[in-house]
Amino acid sequence: MAMPERNVVEAINNALTEEMERDPRVMLLGLDVGRLGGVFRTTSGLIEKYGASRVVDTPLAEASIIGASLGLAVSGMVPVAEIQFLGFTAQAFHQIGPQLGKYRHRSRGRYHAQVTIRAPFGGGIRSPEFHSDAVEAQFVQSPGIKVVMPSNPYDAKGMLLEAIRDPDPVLFCEPDRLYRLYRMEVPDGDYTVPFGKAVVAREGKDVTLVAWSAAVELCQRAAAKLAEEDIEASIVDLRTLVPLDVETLVNAVAATGRCVIVHEAPLSAGFGAEVAATLAEEAFYDLDAPIARVASWDIPFPPASMEHWYLPSVDRVVEAAKRTAAA
Amino acid sequence: MAIMAETRLMTLQPDGKLLKGARPSMDEEFLLDALRWMLLSRLYDEKVIGLQRQGRFGVYSPGLGQEASIVGSSMALDPERDWIVPQYRELMAIVRHGYPLEKITATYMGKTTEATRIPEGVNVLPTQVALAAQLPQAVGLAWGLKLQGKDAVVMAYIGDGGSSEGDFHEALNLAGVQKVPIVFFMQNNQWAISTPRSLQSATPSFSLRAAGYGFPGVEVDGNDIFAVYQAAVEAVRRARAGDGPTLIESVTYRMGFHNTTDNPSRYEDKEQRADFERRDPIDRVVRYLRSLGLLDEQREDNLRAEVSAEVDRVIEAAAAEPGVRPDGMFDNVYERPPARVLKQREQFRGSNGNA
Repeated sequence: MAMPERNVVEAINNALTEEMERDPRVMLLGLDVGRLGGVFRTTSGLIEKYGASRVVDTPLAEASIIGASLGLAVSGMVPVAEIQFLGFTAQAFHQIGPQLGKYRHRSRGRYHAQVTIRAPFGGGIRSPEFHSDAVEAQFVQSPGIKVVMPSNPYDAKGMLLEAIRDPDPVLFCEPDRLYRLYRMEVPDGDYTVPFGKAVVAREGKDVTLVAWSAAVELCQRAAAKLAEEDIEASIVDLRTLVPLDVETLVNAVAATGRCVIVHEAPLSAGFGAEVAATLAEEAFYDLDAPIARVASWDIPFPPASMEHWYLPSVDRVVEAAKRTAAA
Repeated sequence: MAIMAETRLMTLQPDGKLLKGARPSMDEEFLLDALRWMLLSRLYDEKVIGLQRQGRFGVYSPGLGQEASIVGSSMALDPERDWIVPQYRELMAIVRHGYPLEKITATYMGKTTEATRIPEGVNVLPTQVALAAQLPQAVGLAWGLKLQGKDAVVMAYIGDGGSSEGDFHEALNLAGVQKVPIVFFMQNNQWAISTPRSLQSATPSFSLRAAGYGFPGVEVDGNDIFAVYQAAVEAVRRARAGDGPTLIESVTYRMGFHNTTDNPSRYEDKEQRADFERRDPIDRVVRYLRSLGLLDEQREDNLRAEVSAEVDRVIEAAAAEPGVRPDGMFDNVYERPPARVLKQREQFRGSNGNA
């Protein structure tokens, strides 16, 4: 029997369905996750299967979605909260970084917060303002929160199951541009993708592209174009920013001696800066060229009609990779 | 146009006499127990403020003047099954609920360790100084207990200042929608550090806000232990019966200060303070018990001496708790810490020489 193929939406829906079936403590809450099945339909069909007490349409109030999730977790439930778009976490930020992130620490281990926050993000789908912001680095500065950035349907399912079962809070960022872009083999049944294990998504000897989430797909397209010009790029998909797999990152960059970091967040103090600093500390003597970064500009996310000028593009990645490979 | 709370619940007048036609909500034995808790609160506060001035105790927010609010509310709960979600000025409420005072005291004395944390089986969440952040969490806790069919009520504390935070609104709104078993107990002590109640809200009574969330609100004289207890018992009964949340506004006064860094003489209204001094919650109970012949000077002195000795014993026990390990700050951040954090801990141990 052929293995089923799923896109990211279907992989997430499949993971949630199987986990709600397996563990009666798991519940979903957020805006429009029930009757509508989520604005991207990731939770479609779940309220019909598991009822309105386990799939809860909440009031339109992000801080209480997260704060209540913390309390639900303390009570013994396993909440999976959806924040409709990552940019909307701003209104819940205090409940995420300072509260969820520190709860185990503040209670000196008496309590922990087994909470997963799912949040679509990223540009390229012409969303209205505030919907596309790639603010993942803000949460890397919130100790206690794991920051998880799947880049494909297989990882999306396996990492979501890992997130829900993690006893500590996980911010699970979903690449909305990839939601329905393609399908790949995603098995039925249980499997997890562990956190802190980056993967080399493409082998190549000339330059190493480092990315996560939807930027991995962008790098794949850039690498195909580079190959036409006989430049073989390897791609490291970090998969999780916290925990960070320093070993895989350093080995992959040391192998080519050249590195281009690609992300959707604005350049300054984006997570790429952390990657570059880590490489400067751990791989300096293996580098043959300056580290390059391709990111969004340090300006607000522009109106949708201009977003393609703002986001990293294939051309910008190719240009940076060629420059780095030739240096 | 006057918008008024219907009434402010009061039973015991400042002179220690029952209001005409009012019945006490506690029997005499229970009231003596309440008095003992209120005295413990007051004598502990007075003692540790002294210790703080000597540099032996951390920044502290006393409950002086608010003892009836703190004690009367918590006495409506059953520590075996109910939960307290504190803010930070309800010390004796969480002690009565089972968090040992010597452990809390040790924490204030710098012994922030697993040994002094909230013990297993004690249904209390950590204190919260990010005001109102505890409320959505308390609602989630009550919601989860309800979903699991547990017979439990959550009492969540907040102040007049904290009620201006967005989390207050979000929490009460969600609590009403999900009809969770919770009591929001607001100590309106008239001050948020130096900001008076009049600059906090234009509402004539905070209790009126409950109407906007679809559940009852009640205003009580927060310096009247009978009234506080009666309102809390009724709210707990409603929650337990599945009738949902209640907001209690307990009108009291912060006779001490915001915390040990504060200086109320810079902003306090002397007349208002004097007015509340006449309405002291402990004096009121003492006068009442004396009028019934249940307390005389000798018995009161004995009780105070007994409680004072207990405070001394607690402080001694706290001082004997083991201190912190420097690398203890790396504990309890994650169940499975990232490799990076483990590496940093090794680095710290090396630099600090305390492996």
